[in-house]
Amino acid sequence: MNESVPIRAGSNPANQAPVAAALAACPSCDLLQRLPAIAPGESACCPRCGTVLWRRREDSLNRTLALAVAAAILCLIANAVPMLGLTVVGRESFTTVTGGAEKLWENGQHAVALLVFFAAVLAPAVQIGLLLLVLVGARRKFPPRWVGTLLRHFPFARIWSMIEVMLLGVLVALTKIADYATVIPGQALFALFALVFVLAAIQSSFDPREVWIRIQWMRPDARPAATGTMRGEVSA
Amino acid sequence: MRATALTAMQQGWQRCESCGLLSRPAPDEAESGCPRCGGELVFRKKQSLERTLAYLIAAAVCYLPANLLPVITSTTFAGSESDTIMQGVVLLWSPTGWPLSLIVLVASIMIPSAKIVTMLYLVYTVRRGSLKTPGQRVRFYRLVEFIGRWSMVDVFVDTFTVALIQLQPLMSVQPAPGLFFFAAVVVLTMLAVESFDPRLIWDPASSKEASYV
Repeated sequence: MNESVPIRAGSNPANQAPVAAALAACPSCDLLQRLPAIAPGESACCPRCGTVLWRRREDSLNRTLALAVAAAILCLIANAVPMLGLTVVGRESFTTVTGGAEKLWENGQHAVALLVFFAAVLAPAVQIGLLLLVLVGARRKFPPRWVGTLLRHFPFARIWSMIEVMLLGVLVALTKIADYATVIPGQALFALFALVFVLAAIQSSFDPREVWIRIQWMRPDARPAATGTMRGEVSA
Repeated sequence: MRATALTAMQQGWQRCESCGLLSRPAPDEAESGCPRCGGELVFRKKQSLERTLAYLIAAAVCYLPANLLPVITSTTFAGSESDTIMQGVVLLWSPTGWPLSLIVLVASIMIPSAKIVTMLYLVYTVRRGSLKTPGQRVRFYRLVEFIGRWSMVDVFVDTFTVALIQLQPLMSVQPAPGLFFFAAVVVLTMLAVESFDPRLIWDPASSKEASYV
């Protein structure tokens, strides 16, 4: 773990060549610091509070794209086929992921049904979809602005995408039900299990900074190379 | 003169929440977006403490019905029976099922209450301008942020129990009113964590350091 170099009083960052400075502020304590040059696989952390500011990853964008394609396929399977079934005295019942939310809706729990659908189906799909578009867009020589607009909403989708929590919930529900009936695991259950690992791999291989440093600016005039600007590029 | 660490805000830089770019607001612009990604730029999240506190109060109000009202109702020949979250934990407790029972106990009962208490403590210390242990308080915040989502586990347990056990007239399970309040606690505490700005924890220490210069 590398520590960044804090900016000390007396050195005014505004007067320094901004492009070379690689200035950053810690999201947890706002300490102004210069990011060190780190090798792929290394991370830089805040010298004051220890928050990780930057994880540089080997071939981040290509590897994440491969994982995102895998995640998209698994996500489709997980939502298309039955997840769980049970048999008891000759009767069978099956449910899909969306089926869980539907049953709640039919029983009058509309708000919870929407929450379950959002956290288990919509948010993961949006998360994977955004990531795919961002990574495909970022392969261009000058990634267009819409890539940034999409990437900006990625953290929101990630926070509310709760595949791993749902899988634990399914496991607990299975244990409960196993007392009364024979449980049949569906194909979607295996797809979800794989998806949890793929999403975790995406989490550790994706370095959004690689996209941000190459993207076209919303206001190209504010880029530090241009003259007479009020704003400075400090995160290159 | 002591060499002192400085924050971006003390130097007039705003950090973009989305892309991390530092930029300086132009003097004639009251509100401005990030020049790189167009995201909103602020020094600190707006009304962070007030919004966090409001969500926490709402979560605390929902916490009681969430734990006292039943979350599911099972109907069999013998009649119907309603279970609260705690009864669900007890039912799950068996020689083989106890680890899962423990997970539900921690995720559904201990995490939500610990989350509300921790966030109240953070809001209180920031309000008071506390200088003590900012590093530890930020770590608490990150921990709460990280484990908070796991409280949702019980919502999923009940959802899929309801979805599967639909074997009328033999046996069926319906959701009960407590489930709504429990889901509300989880969502409200997540929103409370989201509205809190951890940099506020360090601000008193930062300005004290800067005053030595």
